Amino acid sequence: MSQNAAIELRNITKTFGSVVANKNISLTVNRGEILSILGENGSGKTTLMNMISGIYFPDEGQIFIDGKEVVIRSPKDAFEHKIGMIHQHFKLVDVFTASENIILGLEDEKRFDLKAAEKKVREISEKYGFSLDPTKKVYEMSVSEKQTVEIVRVLYREADILILDEPTAVLTPQEAKRLFEILRRMRDDGKAIIIITHKLHEVLSLSDRVSVLRKGEYIGTVKTSETDEKSLTEMMVGKKIELNIERAEPCNPQERLLVSGVSCVNREGVTLLNNVSFTARSGEILGIAGIAGSGQRELLEAIAGLQKLYGGDIVYNDPKTGKKENLRDKTPLQIREMGVRLSFVPEDRLGMGLVGNMDIVDNMMLRSYRRGKTFLLERKAPKNLAEEIIKQLEVVTPGVSTPVRRLSGGNVQKVLVGREISSSPTVLMAAYPVRGLDINSSYIIYNLLNEQKKRGTAVIFVGEDLDVLIELCDRILVLCAGQVSGIVDARKVTKEEIGLMMTKIKTGGENKNGKE
Amino acid sequence: MFFTIINNAIVQGIPLLFGSTGEILTEKSGNLNLGIPGIMYMGGCAGIMGAYIYENSTQTPSAALCIIIPLLCSLVGSGLLALIYSFLTITLRANQNVTGLAITTFGTGFGDFFGGSLTKLMGNNGNISVKLTSDYYKTTLPFAEDLGWFGKLFFSYGFLAYVAVITAIICAWFLKRTRAGLHLRAVGENPATADAAGINVTKYKYLATTIGGMIAGLGGLYFIMDYIGGSWTNGGMGDRGWLAIAIVIFAIWRPNLAILGSFIFGGLYIAYSYTSGLGRAASAIFNMLPYVVTIIVLIITSMRNKKENQPPQSLGLPYFREER
Repeated sequence: MSQNAAIELRNITKTFGSVVANKNISLTVNRGEILSILGENGSGKTTLMNMISGIYFPDEGQIFIDGKEVVIRSPKDAFEHKIGMIHQHFKLVDVFTASENIILGLEDEKRFDLKAAEKKVREISEKYGFSLDPTKKVYEMSVSEKQTVEIVRVLYREADILILDEPTAVLTPQEAKRLFEILRRMRDDGKAIIIITHKLHEVLSLSDRVSVLRKGEYIGTVKTSETDEKSLTEMMVGKKIELNIERAEPCNPQERLLVSGVSCVNREGVTLLNNVSFTARSGEILGIAGIAGSGQRELLEAIAGLQKLYGGDIVYNDPKTGKKENLRDKTPLQIREMGVRLSFVPEDRLGMGLVGNMDIVDNMMLRSYRRGKTFLLERKAPKNLAEEIIKQLEVVTPGVSTPVRRLSGGNVQKVLVGREISSSPTVLMAAYPVRGLDINSSYIIYNLLNEQKKRGTAVIFVGEDLDVLIELCDRILVLCAGQVSGIVDARKVTKEEIGLMMTKIKTGGENKNGKE
Repeated sequence: MFFTIINNAIVQGIPLLFGSTGEILTEKSGNLNLGIPGIMYMGGCAGIMGAYIYENSTQTPSAALCIIIPLLCSLVGSGLLALIYSFLTITLRANQNVTGLAITTFGTGFGDFFGGSLTKLMGNNGNISVKLTSDYYKTTLPFAEDLGWFGKLFFSYGFLAYVAVITAIICAWFLKRTRAGLHLRAVGENPATADAAGINVTKYKYLATTIGGMIAGLGGLYFIMDYIGGSWTNGGMGDRGWLAIAIVIFAIWRPNLAILGSFIFGGLYIAYSYTSGLGRAASAIFNMLPYVVTIIVLIITSMRNKKENQPPQSLGLPYFREER
């Protein structure tokens, strides 16, 4: 394959209301190469890709494919130009099978023939090395299987320009590795691949060139072989940031939360937590590692009083009175009224933590509305708090009275974490508080957690990036299929050791599906 | 006796079948059209208006036109109402429940006003009747009488009854076996996905809702022309429109099950008349039966929690592409 431009963008601009999402962006992607697009949250990476795939239409600028100018008004136009996008949030119909999802929207074939489609899906899977059952329903699939469906879908359409929006965000390290092998195979097959990611080591190990966006503007493109993590980070954030996370020694640790033998079952009778025991100490950060869905959410919910326990005890040592209280089977409100302060950052930011249609002040009041002296709401204190959070955490918002749903994901997260920390908790639980955040905002969150640690809070941090867990936490609890497979010292453990512990206990169902 | 009950249940079930088939098609596109009762009412009213005007405009009405004119009027009337619903909910993204209820209020009001006052304007003594047209609609196959119970069970209905069953079967086949059906289901389940796959979401929603409304409207036409024999009574259709919507749930969004559901509900609807010695209050309890059955089905399907038996995922939600 010769190095000719598969797709070229010239001076693309897109605005949403008064927000400029993309400003004068130009870049090219060649055939047979992998281009990474790197940028902080809200830097306009996804918006730019959505314009190539026809979800949005640019306000200004031109798009060239194979040297010819094209107009992409809809996803259908994008398919016709052989552009395929694998979205960050999978665009799949749950009740359809893999192949039904794959042929969705296709109209060029003579006859509607599901059997033939299934055959072709199998062929593509074999060619690139996927393992995919074409007749499996999407709602029965794991995250990585769903992603496979997405990728096979664009290959089915014979796309030769592939766009992947943060493809590894939901994968285990092993799955990500396998994905990269497949992507390399596609590149060698002559396809142009664009990959959006935050993770610098992926950029360096996978791509041929890197284009960097910052706040909607194009900063530059460099060859991966001629750059390193540090200079890429500088391009991305515009200012030098410390790569090392600070970690103080825990001072005067006391046993704050004693969890013993906790078990949970869900409505279908499936065991979600199986005999989980650990101790969270004040003044230290306890990390929780595990593949997504290993019981992290249920564990935090159990402590916060949102999950009914099947067995076990959660004993809380009140630092003020010295009393021991059992949190088992208490409601979240009771837990608060007992003087037990748990701050909980749920995985699902908008779903459980904030009300999207309410503004920042009102969301602050969700935690403080009981404190007023009269029956009227007191808005002054929450307003001050909201302004403080906006200033301290650099929340990008037009003002305190903007509905939370209008903020970008990272900013929503900052508002939520800021509110939870502001109630000066003695136990702070945070589930994926940096998910979807750029490096800069992530560090702000890490610093906040460290501050809490110094204050003597027992911090429980559920994370997905093992590097961060190892650098930030004092001890790491590894969950695997609802069981504790070990608690390790974060200062001594290696990434490989944790990775191994995360996959140690194998369930029967997974083996049947042929997973390693 | 037994065959009579079945026969009557089927006759009762036909308007329900039209209504539920139309509503299933609509709901598969993600539109919860609570305007179905009004649309069925409108279909009946538009049909009788067409028939009345035609019968009174000529000395020798032809059989073909007696069939075609009310049929077209009915389709246009109910189609227009469904189109209004589509415009409000799809293009303007109004709340579907509120819009649907408004359409029902409008449809029944329109029917009561024009159906009721048409006779007065035409100068008859307060009773609109299109006996001739109705007779054509009620014409059965000539050999039905000779076949005894078999003929009574299968051949003793006007042509619209067969249209109802065939429409339901075609809809089931369309949804399950065709590309357009797959696309329509995708639109109702997850319009963002359908859109990203290059499906014209707006087109599918408009077409499914409008055609669904037209099918439902035929239920009104059958009721007026065949069931009550071509006359108009204000409020005559009762709660059949709501029953049709209940059948959608009973049939777990499958048109082929709606055939069975309609006949069962038709039977339950008239069950009181076969139980002797009932007072007014007791017969009201019988009238409740179809709804009780619907609630039981809802409980069972929710308990079994099988994804395929749930309503389309985006049912009732508007879709707007550039939202962020």
